[in-house]
Amino acid sequence: MMPVKHILAILFENEAGALARVLGLFAQRNMNIESLSVAPTEDSTISRLTLLTMSDAPTIEQITKQLNRLVGVIKVVDLVHVDHVERELMLVKVCAEGEERQEIKRTCDIFRGQIVDVTTNTYTVQLIGPTAKLLGFLEAIGRAHILEVVRSGTCGITRGAKALSAGPKGV
Amino acid sequence: MNPKFTTDEILVRALVSQGIEHVFWHPGGARLPYYNALAKCEDITLVLVRHELGACHMADGYARTTGRPGVVMLTSGSGASNSITGIANAYMDSAPIIVFCSRESRGDTDSDQFDETDMIGVSRPVVKHSYVVQSSTDIPRVVQEAVFVATSGRPGPVVIDILRSAHENRTKHEYVMPSKVSLRGYRPAESGHAGQIKKALEALLRSTRPVICAGGGVIQGDAASELLSFAERLKLPVTTSLMGLGAVPGSNDLFLGMVGIHGTRVANDAIAHSDLILAIGTRFDDRVTNDPRQFCPQAKVIHVDIDPSSISKVITADLPIVGPCKEVLTILNQLAREKEELSSNGDDQYATWWEQLDRWREETSQGTQQNSKLDDSAMLRPEDVVQVLYEATQGDAYTTTDVGQHQLFVAQGFKFSTPRRWVTPGGLGTMGFGLPAALGVQFAFPSATVVCVTGESSFLVNLQELSTCRQYELPIKVFCFNNGTLGMVKQSTQIHAGECELRGYPESMPDFVQLVESFGHRALRAATLDELKQAVDVAFSNECKKETVFVDVTLDPDAILSSAKSRGNNLDDQSMVDA
Repeated sequence: MMPVKHILAILFENEAGALARVLGLFAQRNMNIESLSVAPTEDSTISRLTLLTMSDAPTIEQITKQLNRLVGVIKVVDLVHVDHVERELMLVKVCAEGEERQEIKRTCDIFRGQIVDVTTNTYTVQLIGPTAKLLGFLEAIGRAHILEVVRSGTCGITRGAKALSAGPKGV
Repeated sequence: MNPKFTTDEILVRALVSQGIEHVFWHPGGARLPYYNALAKCEDITLVLVRHELGACHMADGYARTTGRPGVVMLTSGSGASNSITGIANAYMDSAPIIVFCSRESRGDTDSDQFDETDMIGVSRPVVKHSYVVQSSTDIPRVVQEAVFVATSGRPGPVVIDILRSAHENRTKHEYVMPSKVSLRGYRPAESGHAGQIKKALEALLRSTRPVICAGGGVIQGDAASELLSFAERLKLPVTTSLMGLGAVPGSNDLFLGMVGIHGTRVANDAIAHSDLILAIGTRFDDRVTNDPRQFCPQAKVIHVDIDPSSISKVITADLPIVGPCKEVLTILNQLAREKEELSSNGDDQYATWWEQLDRWREETSQGTQQNSKLDDSAMLRPEDVVQVLYEATQGDAYTTTDVGQHQLFVAQGFKFSTPRRWVTPGGLGTMGFGLPAALGVQFAFPSATVVCVTGESSFLVNLQELSTCRQYELPIKVFCFNNGTLGMVKQSTQIHAGECELRGYPESMPDFVQLVESFGHRALRAATLDELKQAVDVAFSNECKKETVFVDVTLDPDAILSSAKSRGNNLDDQSMVDA
């Protein structure tokens, strides 16, 4: 079975050790985590983790059950099963000198990036979007000009009025 | 003004409030502050062990046979980390134990103080849940939650690490126990899905060759009597896993024996030819399935388990039911009773299937009879010893084992009449479990007969607990299957062609009789059937009612554990089996 992309949205107790238990499950099964982003929700006692991993169907089913088994985990949803919005934030330090400065600025505008820091020979660009758009920008700029890249990891939310809340497990 | 208490008093009050009567402990600097309050408490028996691992196995044996949490108290550092194998063993076999340890930390944790270990980190993969306690005021809530988490749903071990800074100062606090447990992330299923249960019964009534495959979940979930009623009502054949032995009485006609690599031929044949398996409280361990793809090639599978992660993990379930075995079986019984009232043709439903099963059973038992001629002068065979022990105890004694040939000989030879009598380290295969587990059981049931069947190699792993046994005068009976080698491993190297056969170590074994006597216990030797029968008579005599008795049974070193044969799947393929 081919591994495919899964985006797990996990609500869990915002307390010491809770994240380690979640991540431990992936490490124990030798599953790599492609990206993760985590922060408290509107309820500061609950953290939300968006975790991106490549996995086949039986493996993701088992890890989802294992995540639900954790006492500190309140809810797990695989966003790829529902209509959703994915976003990632990227900061890129780009070498921008001489005539190339204009061209880099234009590319940045095309991708709706913002320049958040400037020196005489660099721009720092902030870009938000689906991961594919961020990678597209890096390609357009060209590897030779990129000094440093930092990405936040994907975070995602379902489309429509229905919200993911800390109700009973297993929904 | 409400009364105030020191940390140790708060802890002891919390334990008493949860009905804890025994604490298995090993002290050290970081645990000493609790000694005062524990020693003074009349409701709790404090059991001082010789090794932290022993404490965990005692708590484990105690928990499995009572269904109540087994509580362990340890110190920090190596005192805590010594318990890991015991915690992992409880985790694999779903035993509810609670392990308290103390973290050396004055202020900052993880500053490499003397005797400091990150027990939460070290134990993380093998606990159901764990807690760090930073303040005394949290102790009542944490203890209450720990008992609930350990014993509910699929039971399992919980670790509680109390920071030294929390109990070092003698400041007194109020004792506040929450009125109930509130865990939004933990809600074990309380009942199965009614529609799914109805479908399950319909599928069973439609099937022609059904088999129940019961596991340890039936025992831990106190569902044995419901299982037996249901099996009897529908005349369903029953097999169990190693952990499920005792789920139905071993002598009941519906019981086909244990399934799997070390199971009976008829049980494996039944699974291989079944068209519908009702799996209940079992996780389809690889010792049960061998190659899961060939395990039950013709069967649809109904899988009932309280733990969703056990379902479709190894064998894909066609009809999953998440819920407690007891509640699901109760509803199945109700529905079946209603059906019976409507129609009266239930009797011969599986008649053809039973004819086939009885034929297979007949063939097997003929084979066994030819095999089982006892000879007074020859070297003792393990199956003879098991037979003598079974006759002496009638499958009614609490029986603990270690791991290896002796364990499986008992599993094959004993017919356990009730649940929770069979105490074996099934999942982790922990050598050294049997002796301390027997101690734990004897603490729970002071007047019961408790037998530990062990092997010479396993026995050496935790024999220090003989001293605990002496201190508390526990009258356990130990039968040591001594073949001077790691029998199971040796057998395995013989099966795997091309591997170097394991050499035993008879010349370096201690004299077990002298060894055990040096701990102040009675020890006997048996190398022939006569000697064995005499030793068994002594062990179970009134004279020895209050004494530990150890019997060193010298066995034929070449005895082999007979393993399963089956037509139709690959359970007889020993090349897949490791020791």
